[in-house]
Amino acid sequence: MAKLILSMDGLVLKEIPLSKERTTIGRKPHNDIQIDNLAVSGEHAVIVTILNDCFLEDLGSTNGTLVNGNPVKKHFLQNNDVVELGKYRLKFVGEAPVPAATAEKADFEKTMVLRPSAMKAQAEQARAMGAGGAEAARAAAARQVAASAASAATVEREAKPAPAPISATATTPTPIPAQAPAPAPAAPPAAKSPHPLGAIQILSGGNAGKELELAKPLTTLGKPGVQVAVLTRRPQGYFITHVEGANPPVVNGQAIGTAPHALKDHDVVELAGVKMEFFLKG
Amino acid sequence: MDLSQVLEIASCTDPGMVRSHNEDSIASDPASGLVVLADGMGGYNAGEVASGMATTVITTEIQQLLAKVKPYDIDPESNKIIAGQLVREQVMKANASIYHAAQSQPQYAGMGTTLVVCLFYDNKALVAHLGDSRLYRMRDGTLKQITRDHSLLQEQIDSGLITAEQAKHAQHKNLVTKALGIDPTVEPEIREYETRPGDIYLLCSDGLCDMVNDDDISMTLEALGANLKLAAQQLVQMANDNGGKDNVSVILVRVQREYPAARGVVGKFLGWLK
Repeated sequence: MAKLILSMDGLVLKEIPLSKERTTIGRKPHNDIQIDNLAVSGEHAVIVTILNDCFLEDLGSTNGTLVNGNPVKKHFLQNNDVVELGKYRLKFVGEAPVPAATAEKADFEKTMVLRPSAMKAQAEQARAMGAGGAEAARAAAARQVAASAASAATVEREAKPAPAPISATATTPTPIPAQAPAPAPAAPPAAKSPHPLGAIQILSGGNAGKELELAKPLTTLGKPGVQVAVLTRRPQGYFITHVEGANPPVVNGQAIGTAPHALKDHDVVELAGVKMEFFLKG
Repeated sequence: MDLSQVLEIASCTDPGMVRSHNEDSIASDPASGLVVLADGMGGYNAGEVASGMATTVITTEIQQLLAKVKPYDIDPESNKIIAGQLVREQVMKANASIYHAAQSQPQYAGMGTTLVVCLFYDNKALVAHLGDSRLYRMRDGTLKQITRDHSLLQEQIDSGLITAEQAKHAQHKNLVTKALGIDPTVEPEIREYETRPGDIYLLCSDGLCDMVNDDDISMTLEALGANLKLAAQQLVQMANDNGGKDNVSVILVRVQREYPAARGVVGKFLGWLK
């Protein structure tokens, strides 16, 4: 159920569920939401609730009603709208299954099954209802799906209402909704860790003085078959892990064992007879 | 033929960074040359139940059958090598078990699972799969996706509606068109591939391939191939470092040498010598 959160000067005074068809707001005591303040008219405004939609109407108040800073006479309330009456603020919080975009996002990762047979049935149902009824059929199908998982067309990882696009695919051969917002790709490899770039400098052996930047998620070091370690770049920083060879690498004079070992700036690593220094660049 | 000296197997499974429980199940038996990975779906704990049933039923049934027959035996009726039929029947058996549990117990209603099964025998890998859990192969430094997802997205790519590049940004990655336990019967996709010594096979749930791109998977297998257990852990860690939005499971199988079927008396003797 939608609700209003009444506050003044940032202090939350109370929460009011919009359970009635008409919820009146005003200074006089017979109002559903009474705000005893002279800036508020006796009968200031009313919120009319029809199914899941709430409409705010100013009842000709002296000082007017603002929604998100703009004066309104009539307004279709959206989630998180802020209604202002004088110094008082009423924040509108919509129905729990909030706008489609958010719901879709939440369902984004869950695996579901599409069953062609069930889809065909839905498609026929939709067609039978004609073009005008198609939308309703789709909604009905989606509801039905959510209601009975056993006979439903979809199965989800967690029980949640199925998004409408499933049944939409049944009615048209091109199931990609053209206007569908493309959510960000799940794995942004470009979004590298904010951690500073690390590098190693070889201290001994033939390559002494050489520097190697550790820009990749993982870099292997050592001699294959003799001793190899991997340096992994993670959001929390750099780690060194033993990969192969009889002995694990030595960091600051200590053998690290088989578990990953976090590297700190200026740690000295010894691997396959070569000494190197790890450091952070910038 | 005991393949535990031929196949090196490492696996890792993790609930990820967002989910509270792990609905993936994995099983492996190096001696039988069998690996199974399942990614369950369905409300509450039903996903775990479905994937657990799939891996358990398929592993135990195939193990029992392999005690009696060899996967390269010829079926006298169809005159074909029985491996394919053997795996297919056990997948169908697992399907029936899950379907009946879902029908008879209200708390399991609607549960199901994706599946990828690999049976190694006679220098071959027999692969059965359903849904969007995948098999990849790393050979000569190149990573190749072997299975093709049974998903709406893949169907759209196949029919030319969208390109593979667009698919990466698609929002309906999660819609699979085939799964185990949803319908009374199911036909898994079964294919067979030649294996070579040095191949690394990767079975994974979508929690890996949705979070880690193929290049990074390839780099990990190439860099850490010498230490399979570490490579498996590294893959899971990369998925988690990238957000870990789903359960992540990986099984890695390395073919260490050839394993031709020991047919006939001489072959059996040679097999015994190995």
